[in-house]
Amino acid sequence: MIDERYLKNEERVIYALRSLYGRYGYLPFNMSKFEEYELYVKNKEFLVSDSVITFNDTNGKLLALKPDVTLSIIKNCQDEKGVKQKLYYNENVYRVSGSTRQFKELMQTGLECIGDIDLYDTFEVVSLACASLAEISNSYVLELSHLGILSSLLDNTDKNEEFQGAVMECIKQKNSHEIKSLCEKYGVSEDKAARLCNFVSIYGKADDVLEKLYSYNVDDSFTNAVNELKSIMDLLDGTDYKNNVRIDFSIVNDMNYYNGIVFNGFIEGICETILFGGRYDKMLKKMNKSSSGIGFALYLDLLEGIYKDFTEYDVDTLILYDEAVSIAQLDSCVKEYLQNGKRVSAQKSVPTKLRYKEIVDIRGEAK
Amino acid sequence: MINVALPKGRLGEKVYKMFAEAGYECPSILENNRKLIFENREKNVRYFWVKPSDVSIYVERGAADIGVCGKDILLEYEPDIYEILDLNMGKCRMAVASKKDFYDNTEKTLRVATKFANIAKKHYASKCRNIDIIKLNGSIELAPILDLSDVIVDIVETGTTLKENDLEVIETIVPISARLIVNKSSFKFKTEEIEKIAQGLKEQVELND
Repeated sequence: MIDERYLKNEERVIYALRSLYGRYGYLPFNMSKFEEYELYVKNKEFLVSDSVITFNDTNGKLLALKPDVTLSIIKNCQDEKGVKQKLYYNENVYRVSGSTRQFKELMQTGLECIGDIDLYDTFEVVSLACASLAEISNSYVLELSHLGILSSLLDNTDKNEEFQGAVMECIKQKNSHEIKSLCEKYGVSEDKAARLCNFVSIYGKADDVLEKLYSYNVDDSFTNAVNELKSIMDLLDGTDYKNNVRIDFSIVNDMNYYNGIVFNGFIEGICETILFGGRYDKMLKKMNKSSSGIGFALYLDLLEGIYKDFTEYDVDTLILYDEAVSIAQLDSCVKEYLQNGKRVSAQKSVPTKLRYKEIVDIRGEAK
Repeated sequence: MINVALPKGRLGEKVYKMFAEAGYECPSILENNRKLIFENREKNVRYFWVKPSDVSIYVERGAADIGVCGKDILLEYEPDIYEILDLNMGKCRMAVASKKDFYDNTEKTLRVATKFANIAKKHYASKCRNIDIIKLNGSIELAPILDLSDVIVDIVETGTTLKENDLEVIETIVPISARLIVNKSSFKFKTEEIEKIAQGLKEQVELND
């Protein structure tokens, strides 16, 4: 029997998510803490942080503490036509944190759907991302973008990679003033520059955003991407999550690995993005697999931030005893309170930092 | 309530004025006392002064929903935030300066003294130049004079300090000005309030132009 009082919030969420993913037919994927370093060297840009903790195994082979789970799942997935694999995981990953350059252990849970992905799969994964966030808090936002929209808009400027990279960085920061000066510097025509600047400022409810996008008239690949985004948004509109999903193009994942739908999740009160997800066919191709893939990961360690510690007391009953009290007498006293649902701590003196509700002093009460 | 991190100092005072003129005044901020946080409940804003280079940290970590800081800080620390408006004030430039008679021998490693190690590193990496970064925390201009470095990478406003010390700008890296930055998560849950403040400030910027 599990007493929920003793579950940490992360743990409670993990159990809830496990059953959620299980009900949708996602199978647990367990992996070792270590992975061959080679896997990460080949796909460095896919990783969030650039440093990996490495060490040699007993045969001299270079191993790494895994900084990411998706790569390992891709490596081990079957790559056959008609096969679709649905997996979930709950693992610790090891990364270097941005500013302080310290190694960090992060608790990640997530799922991957790899194989012949169709619209339903995309919808299912995005819905499960919403359901996962809803499991944590009612006040959440899931933002979707489509990288095809972004890339055809950038290609349409006919400018080099350097320009495109700089503009993408600006889009990521919702920075239209810098896009304006970049366009001037690279000689982008005024109407195309205005469109790029405008693109930064459109976000929010699907209807408004899509209407503006349809007025852009860029090229066929742009329209196709907008259509794909629309079909997902239409499907989500029929769910309980419709008020929590938005479109936002500031989600810019690495286009060498990701393509199509990408999404990020936020919880009110947590200052960082808690959920990252998207379609990564290009990543699979780089690893010589012909399948498509979509998935997401949640950073559960961030949950510590929102749940305040509401327990007023560490224990309900503090039982004080001394040598005069027999062990059997103490044991029966502890059990008596335990049976009444109390949390008990047996001590010889009052610990300075322990917060207790009541004291039961049986010192000197030898029978 | 929108938490606003302002940079301590002259720029911060000018920025506060801009907020006030945009309709987000908080008179208690002008009182001469040691308080750290100033609140206007009616306008739903709370201001606090922080060291200019710390503004991006307060915003990135969500202690402040929005803040104002120089582009130099954003380029140096690369925080994960939205940069939604150029306030067009506190204008200066990030530049490379050296002694007037300096000859750049490309055969040698260039010694660069700077507070902005990341900006210097990126600038010279883009030119494939091998450099030795000497991280200083102040009086950067002294470095080339005492032959501690060949050049410096620093903020240049008027260039007076450089001139008085027989130094000159040899290259501008990037123009700098104050930017309005926003915490990504706050933007999702306080979208309207933040947009309203940004719009108010934008009108002020256009008025000042």
